[in-house]
Amino acid sequence: MNMPSTRAEVCAVACAEAWRGDGEILASPMGLVPSLGARLARETFSPDLLLSDGEASYVAGPWALGGPPPETVEGWIPYRAVFDLVWKGKRHVMMGASQIDRFGNQNISCIGDFAKPKNQLLGVRGAPGNTVNHPTSYWVPKHSTRVFVERVDMASGVGYDKPDRGEFHEIRRVVTNLAVLDFATADHSMRLASVHPGVSVDEVVQATGFALEIGEVPETRLPTDEELRLIRDVLDPKSLRDREVPA
Amino acid sequence: MADKRMTEEQVVAELRSGMTIGIGGWGSRRKPMSLVRAILRSDLRDLTVVSYGGPDVGLLCAAGKIRRLVYGFVSLDSIPLEPHFQAARKAGAIEVTEYDEGMVQWGLYAAASRLPFLPTRAGLASDVLRVNPELKTVTSPYGSEELLAVPAIPLDAALVHLNRADARGNASFLGPDLYFDDLFCAAATKAYVSCERVVPTGELGDLTRLRIPRWSVAGVVEAPGGAHFTSCVPDYDRDEAFQKEYATAAKDPQAWAAFAATYLELPDEAAYQAAVARRAAA
Repeated sequence: MNMPSTRAEVCAVACAEAWRGDGEILASPMGLVPSLGARLARETFSPDLLLSDGEASYVAGPWALGGPPPETVEGWIPYRAVFDLVWKGKRHVMMGASQIDRFGNQNISCIGDFAKPKNQLLGVRGAPGNTVNHPTSYWVPKHSTRVFVERVDMASGVGYDKPDRGEFHEIRRVVTNLAVLDFATADHSMRLASVHPGVSVDEVVQATGFALEIGEVPETRLPTDEELRLIRDVLDPKSLRDREVPA
Repeated sequence: MADKRMTEEQVVAELRSGMTIGIGGWGSRRKPMSLVRAILRSDLRDLTVVSYGGPDVGLLCAAGKIRRLVYGFVSLDSIPLEPHFQAARKAGAIEVTEYDEGMVQWGLYAAASRLPFLPTRAGLASDVLRVNPELKTVTSPYGSEELLAVPAIPLDAALVHLNRADARGNASFLGPDLYFDDLFCAAATKAYVSCERVVPTGELGDLTRLRIPRWSVAGVVEAPGGAHFTSCVPDYDRDEAFQKEYATAAKDPQAWAAFAATYLELPDEAAYQAAVARRAAA
């Protein structure tokens, strides 16, 4: 019997699971809950992961969200070295998505017509290069039909429906506040892999703007007691996770 | 021995409307803001700007200086979206070349290496190819793999801000990341380095930090606080309060007019630094 956990803690563990088995690569989480997940993965089942302090250092040891990074530096990872890692494939990024479609095309560039957008976002950033060079996962803190759309306005991250996506393309999983989704289907269309405890399959269907592959849907696994201790005492004592996923 | 010291105004006097200008730094980090402010005071226009964009891009958009922008992103880091850039895009006021971040590096590296293009996978299968129809692919001559040929991005001028430089144009970064400042300089016909302090060559710092060589530099501007309000660690952090005031004002025409009158419509960089000092003292 596990200790009771919050939705944010379930999400953090679901993010951590994205990096299971990745070995000695750079885990690049974008956002609070993915950062918590990556640090949790390194403290538990993926101890060889490399993590950056968000500036330009590889750091050793655990540290808290919102807290100072560990003093022990393993190496230098300026942006140029990050790009080198992307080309080499020694990285697994978890990015956000303003839009994502059923084949995993992701948009962080703009909403509407690219020539004169209704809203301008960040730009494609490194999403095109990331997705064709190394594993990519996504984090969506608010699962809704605004994000999960039939067709993205500007494909920044590459999806599975692109025949020229190349041999290094892999979208590992999509974690949201409601569920975990993946592409383990015959045509690589998005599948509902698990729903978080307390969420119904119908709730996910209603919040998704396209038809998901739905078979037997298990519940997302609960954090272990040790994972909860690490999250609460070491990695996020200020509970910043609740800002992204309110309890 | 060449003494390359000059003022912001002298740098801008060497620039021309219609030029392609690369701006170093990254997002809201170590941007050559005093040189950008000098461009705002000039009658330069129709610029093609190449940047890992931050408030440099926002300010130049707001002043109508940009005809085309080449970028992978524009962001203020602690404030994710740049309001002036957003407004310019929504109004269709600028032409854009939106690339993957790595493609921008490859374009600069190709120009710095005097190559017409460099191959990469970054950009393939994404809408970067749809919105930039001039991009072409190339088949590996050693196999059959199809790769994107990123065209060289030669710059007429590069503007970068470093922590230290000597009068001959050797410059060093003292913070955590050089970003791509050396590539911007090498890709340019003429590169201008502003810096926090001009020092004797022997005081530039540790060998591994001496990353801008004088052969790539045409001019040196001593500009203490020249990166404000972006970060220039370890000399200073980003002025977050000022950046917030900037971003808030940028969303409202009246507030922006007041901001511009206070901080931008000034005779020179010294007047800007004085206005910032008055704000900090208030």
